[in-house]
Formats: sequence, C-alpha cells, structure tokens
Amino acid sequence: MTSLKGFFRGRTAIQPIWVFVLVIFIFFSFMSEYFLSFGNISNILVQTSTIGLIALGMTLVMINGNIDLSVGATLGLAASLAVGLQETSMTLAILAALGSGVLLGAINGLIVWKTGVNAFIVTLGAMLGIRGLIFLYTGEQSFYALNFAFSDFGTSTIGPFPVLAIIFLICTLIMHLVLTRTGHGRNTYAVGGNPEASIDAGIRLGRHMMINFIIVGFFAALAGVMLASQMGAATPNLGRDYELWVITAVVLGGTKLTGGYGSIVGTLGGVLAIGILRNGMNLMQVPAFYVLVILGAILISVLVIDKKLNAPSAKEVRI
Amino acid sequence: MAFAEQSKSNLPAGKLSKASVMSFLSAQGILIFFLVGMFVFSFFSEQFLSQSNIMTVVRQASIIGIIAVGVTVVIIGGNLDLSVGSMLSFSTVLVVDLHDKVGPTTAILMMFALTLMLGAVNGILIGFLRLNSLIVTLAMLSAIQGFVLIYSGGQNVDIANQDGTWFAFFGRGYLGGIAVPILLFGLLAILVQVVMSYTGYGRRIFAVGGNPMAAVYSGIRKNWCVFSTYLISAFCVACAALVLGSRVMGSQNNVGQGYELLVLAGIILGGTSLLGGAGSIWKTVIGVLILGFIQNGLLLMGYPYYIQWIVTWVIIILAVWLDLANKRKRLLTTHS
Repeated sequence: MTSLKGFFRGRTAIQPIWVFVLVIFIFFSFMSEYFLSFGNISNILVQTSTIGLIALGMTLVMINGNIDLSVGATLGLAASLAVGLQETSMTLAILAALGSGVLLGAINGLIVWKTGVNAFIVTLGAMLGIRGLIFLYTGEQSFYALNFAFSDFGTSTIGPFPVLAIIFLICTLIMHLVLTRTGHGRNTYAVGGNPEASIDAGIRLGRHMMINFIIVGFFAALAGVMLASQMGAATPNLGRDYELWVITAVVLGGTKLTGGYGSIVGTLGGVLAIGILRNGMNLMQVPAFYVLVILGAILISVLVIDKKLNAPSAKEVRI
Repeated sequence: MAFAEQSKSNLPAGKLSKASVMSFLSAQGILIFFLVGMFVFSFFSEQFLSQSNIMTVVRQASIIGIIAVGVTVVIIGGNLDLSVGSMLSFSTVLVVDLHDKVGPTTAILMMFALTLMLGAVNGILIGFLRLNSLIVTLAMLSAIQGFVLIYSGGQNVDIANQDGTWFAFFGRGYLGGIAVPILLFGLLAILVQVVMSYTGYGRRIFAVGGNPMAAVYSGIRKNWCVFSTYLISAFCVACAALVLGSRVMGSQNNVGQGYELLVLAGIILGGTSLLGGAGSIWKTVIGVLILGFIQNGLLLMGYPYYIQWIVTWVIIILAVWLDLANKRKRLLTTHS
C-alpha cells in the first residue's frame, strides 16, 4: 500500500482535470446508451493514442520550459516515410520513420542548446521546414500502404484489447516512471523551474533539453507510424494543427508553460478529456464544430480556475 | 531599444572607422540580407526586378503584412496573438456572407464591430484577468474556428454579383496606379509606426512589454495598455479580411488557417524579439517582404513552392542566431 501511495506521490497530486474527466464520463454515460461499452471505451483510447503519445513527450519538453511546435510536421514526415519506403523493406521503413523523428528532435534540441534561440522560434521554423521536406519527399502525392500486414497492425488486438491503445498506455507508464524515478526526470523539473540554480547545481542544462526534444520527436514519429497504419495511407498534409491539439491536452493536464511543473498523470487526463468530449458529442450527434468552441472555453476556464486557486505570484508568465 | 538608439544619436559623429562600419553591418543585418537576396534572385531571373513583379509580390504579401503590423504591437507589449488566423477566417466569411444580405456598407461595419469584439475578449482575458496570452489565444484560435463553422454551417460563401459591387475596390482596385491592398498596408504600417515611436501611448506599450512591474510602478495602466494592443491587432485583421474577401469575392471557412504562424515567421525574420519591449513596424514590414520575395524568387527560379518553407526554416534560425550573438557581443563590450 505504501509503495502504491509512493507511486502517486509528489508532483502527481490529483489534477483538477481528472474531476472533469469523471464528470463528463458520467454525463455521457447517461446521455448516450452507446457510450459506456467496452468497444467504445477502447475506441476512445485508440482515437486519442496519436495525440496522447505526442503529448507525453510534449509534457517533458514543457516541464523543461520549452515548447515544440514542429510535432505535427514530424508526424507527417514519419507517416510518409513509413508508407513510402515499404516496397523495399517493412523493417527499414519503420526504422527510417522513427529515425527521422529522433533526428529532427535532435536537430531542434541541438539548435536550442547551442544557439540559445527561443524554442518557440526554432520549432516554428522547423514546423514550416519539415512540412517542406515532406512535400519534397512525397512530391505532393499521397501514399497508400500496399503491404496489408502494415494496415492490419492498426486494427489488430491482443485478446480484446486494441494494440494501439496498449502501446499508448505502456508508453504512458514508461514516461511516468522516467519523469518521477530517474535523474533525468528530476533534472527536467529543475531546469524548467530555475535554470540558473540548476546550472549552479552542476546540471548540464543543454543535454537534458536535447534529450527531451529527442523524446518528443520519437513519440511524434511513433504516432505518425501508428496513424498511417490505422489509415493504411499517408497524405502530405497529415498532422497539420496537431501541435495545437497536443499543447491543449498538455495544458489541460496542468503543466505550466513557464516550466518546472506538470505531470504525465495530468497529461493523460487532458488527453482523455479531449477524447471523451469528441467521442461523446459525436454519439450525441452534435456537429463536430461545437467541440472546437467547447474546447476553447474549457481551456480558458482551466486557466481562470488555476489563477483563482493559486495565489498570484510575482513571477510573470513569459514565452 | 528606443532608448539605446537615442543615446547613440547623442554621441558625437565620428569619422567612418572600420569598427563603426562593422557595427552598422551587424545591426542592419536583416536589411543587408534582404538586399543581397534581391540581387541574387535578380541575377537568376530577369523578371524578378521588373516593376510588375515587385508590385505583385508586395500585393500578395500585403494581407500577411497588414496582420503582422497588429501582431507586432501585441508582441512589443509582451504578449502573443495566435488567434489572428481563425479571426481572419471569421471576418472574411462574415463580410462576404453579409455582403449579399445587408449590403456592403453595413456588412463592413458589422464585420469591423464583431472582429473588434473578439479582440476585446482576448484583451479582457489577457489584460484584465492576466491569463497567459499563448494559451488564451490558442483557445480562441480553436473557439473562433468553431464559430466560423457553426455560422457558415460548414459551407463556403461567395458574393453572387461580383462585377456590380464597389466592394471589389479593396482587393482589386487601384488608386493612382498602385493597388489598394499595398496602399492599405503602407498606410497602416506608417500610421502604427508613428504611433509607436512618437506618441506617449507607444512609449507606454514599450514600457509595459519591457518591464511590466516597472511600468505599473511608474503609473502606467498596464491592463489597459495590453487590452488596447489586442484591439489594434483585431482592427488589422479586419482590414486584412476586407482585402482578402474583396480580392477573392468568396471565402472558404478555413481561409485563415496557418496565417498566425506565417505572420509570426515574418515578424521574427524582421528581428522583433518575442520577449516584448523591443521591435518596430519597419522591421516587420521588411520581414514580411523577405518572406514574399523568397517565395516569388524561388518560384521564378523554377523550384516548387514548398522549397520556400525549407529555406525559411534555415533563414529564421540564422537570422535570430546572428541577432542574439550580436546583442551578446554588444553587452560584453559595454560591460568591459
């Protein structure tokens, strides 16, 4: 029992978002007869696995005090590589896709580390540039997966559980452990909370930033491969606006843009809140555009509540 | 920034030493880059420097430019505005849709009123409730896009009688041989630049962006200043929507998607810091024009359109890096 308590201790105090998740879960269970079924719940997990995976990496980057706007484009490039290179070799295609994510993350991290340019600017440029690389590689064409093993993977299950949802949950657990149980996780909080103090404490600031950018790049690429296998195809515009969804999920989960504060448990709540809201409103036959308005309203309410709960501090929020 | 320039001008005008030439070169890096780029492009393509081509580029850049003027003011005030893309969709759809229903004049007035209202919502949330501008405008980006889709029912809108309306003036018209979008862009840029550098209001915005705490202690009503920057930004978006709607005479309901980031790219290229308290409209105008000329020049050289994105990536990072290195050097020399 103590070990279980220890598992949830520290920075992973219950985030308000989980109350919200619970409320909308109960709400939709009453409103729609189809909502509360095993099939639908696992469906929600599969649908959110793409945004969820990237949000895991983004949480680390944002706790670190940075931000990554290029994840949508990284996802698109990985998806195109995974489908486009299949003719030569399946293993090679997936390795190349994941490798591209790691490489692009490393480039972003290296630039932030070595030049000191704001991560917002670096990844904004990368967002444009990587989208250009996708168009260059695909020649503006959509690719279709001819290898059925690839497209079957997206719909396959282990027992009754969909594989994509299992991958997402396992990654969530791993990242939670990385953040709460390793030196890298601790230093990530330290660097985001007070960069000067962490330099004085002998923490190698740049390396931790770069590792976190590599992690988010890898997860974006993994999400791209999974999305491509779900659709059996990859389009050059895949992943556009995903960065905005991901940041929304992470912020809903209570991670602060200023850095130094946040948790994977909170992020999981944010991701599920978006997933349940989209799914439940679909089942209630509300047009998809209302979700956009409601999400915006929730995001602002979370900020207002957060402001009211936490006493105003002298530290101004800066980008 | 403004103070630094002032103190520099008080120095006695020395002779043109090598050091002062170098410091001029590094301070005006982006302008020099712009001119060199123009030279290279004109070397590869004969049409590039023709008057008609330059006019075309400036005209295409004018929509992003008009929005960028407003967003620059927000950034100088120490905040960000990501909602301008959705707001552009909103205003364009609104003005085009209302044009056939209530007539051009009323449509334009209503569009301006509603766009300013959205700006006021941003301003209240960020100025008075002091919420984080990045997240608030991100939320507004999503919410406004939702409003557009609900309003239009997912349909695209257009104007039925395209030849018989004076509404065409803003996007397609000419005044004294210059296209109206260019005139609007130039006029707004000059107006805002004058306000920012020669009025007390402009100085207060710089103060709020540079050091909010000090600004409040010197009696500046910070909340009102921040609030007003979002009204300026919304006003610029409304002007851009006027040009865009009148140019196309119709609108897709996501026409402004992605504009917020292109606008930011232009501003960053110009050299305005995202930290606030520094920057100028001139720099932004140059940054936006560079984006436009890169696109045009690469197309004329025969490269596909997406190559410009890769080039922009490299240039943005190089520009900001050089700017940073330059400032760091200046800091070191003043301290030693």
